[in-house]
Amino acid sequence: MTSFSSGDWWTIGFSLWTAACSTLIILPFGIATAWLLARKNWMGKSLTETLVTLPLVMPPVATGLILLELFGKHGLLGSFIHRTFGTEIVFTWRAVVLAMSVMAFPLMVRGARTAFETVNPRLEQVASTLGASDLRIFFTITLPLSFRGVLAGIVLSFARALGEFGATILVAGNIPYKTTTLSISIYNDIQLGRDNHAYMLLLVAAVFAFCALGASEWFSRCKQS
Amino acid sequence: MKLELQEIRLRLHAMELQLNCTIEGKITAVFGATGSGKTSLLEIIAGLRKPEYGKILLDGKVLQDASTKTFVPARKRRVGYVPQDYAIFPHKTVCENITYGKTLSQNTPVSIKDLCITLEITHLLSRRPNTLSGGEKQRVAFARALAAAPEILLLDEPLSSLDHALKQRITPYIMLIRDEFKIPIVYVTHSSEEVMALCDQAIILQDGKIRAHGKPEDLFVKSDFALYLPKMS
Repeated sequence: MTSFSSGDWWTIGFSLWTAACSTLIILPFGIATAWLLARKNWMGKSLTETLVTLPLVMPPVATGLILLELFGKHGLLGSFIHRTFGTEIVFTWRAVVLAMSVMAFPLMVRGARTAFETVNPRLEQVASTLGASDLRIFFTITLPLSFRGVLAGIVLSFARALGEFGATILVAGNIPYKTTTLSISIYNDIQLGRDNHAYMLLLVAAVFAFCALGASEWFSRCKQS
Repeated sequence: MKLELQEIRLRLHAMELQLNCTIEGKITAVFGATGSGKTSLLEIIAGLRKPEYGKILLDGKVLQDASTKTFVPARKRRVGYVPQDYAIFPHKTVCENITYGKTLSQNTPVSIKDLCITLEITHLLSRRPNTLSGGEKQRVAFARALAAAPEILLLDEPLSSLDHALKQRITPYIMLIRDEFKIPIVYVTHSSEEVMALCDQAIILQDGKIRAHGKPEDLFVKSDFALYLPKMS
């Protein structure tokens, strides 16, 4: 009978922590992008929509390769960050957060955008005639009325981050106690023939995914107050 | 109060709205069939739609001038707007709805208390909008718009969704707003009875263009009203 080792607990904790970090990082950008897409029109809106959705349909490994090229030590952004902050991104925990953020971003935007679109724009218009700024309208009308839908999108993007594999393995690798996530650990176990251990981790991943999806469904189905 | 719409042009889905008029009455009716551009006219005045051409002045103050790219946003216009569906904020109590704009505007001449007494909604203040009747929602929407101290009030078919009995109950409140608060009203309707009963001026819109402008009795009694009837709903 296989049991969880300290390394497994570290991997589970690390996965939850990095997924939470990535969700928090993309939260303001995701919400802002979703609001812009739901409420504003501009030239190139379709291009923005396509770019935002791209990581959802592109092979995760391809996204990982792009991130590796951009954030590698000699990459456009990687070299800039290294010069400015003396920090490296690839093959560190930051790369895990980066890959998770990029892959989860489209789901957050889609969830929040759908939620914003359910709010009657007439309410926002009336609020503006009453003297409210866009920011006040967002926080007092739009967000409270779409809160559950937005929350569903956030939970879904967290679940996506937690399950991220393809981009992460390319940009962060598999370094025990440094970048190994739950998905990577399962892959590693299968590669090494430790099937029973892989199934145990699979069960953990499935429970997390089930809970997250359940919560997301519950939030989106619950009637808005 | 003098509201001037000068050479306003806005392309809508199936037509072009062309407006050139001066609104000076206590209650000015905007009368026309469904799809004639009545609501769009209100939205232009409120700053919710931006016309491609033209100029809007309220008592000489420029609200919009396409030639100089001047556009005063809705939140700075002090134009009260009550849409057809009232748009009461469903997640706020009646009191929170009414004070929403009040907290933002300065030098409000009327107190919320007086407003609620006048419109007979004091007993509703702690209620949620989903527990209100159509007539109550209507009065709450009036109070909310008035609490923000507007210089002009825009009412979009305020009686159209109410039954006959409720119409008779709400009509005096509109007269009260006109007489007590002395705020000029632009009143969108497709009912000639409402125009005759409430308004001292009327604009007749047809396919986005002003067909006639004058006193209701001149337009509906003395002139050939049948001209406007075929396309009316």
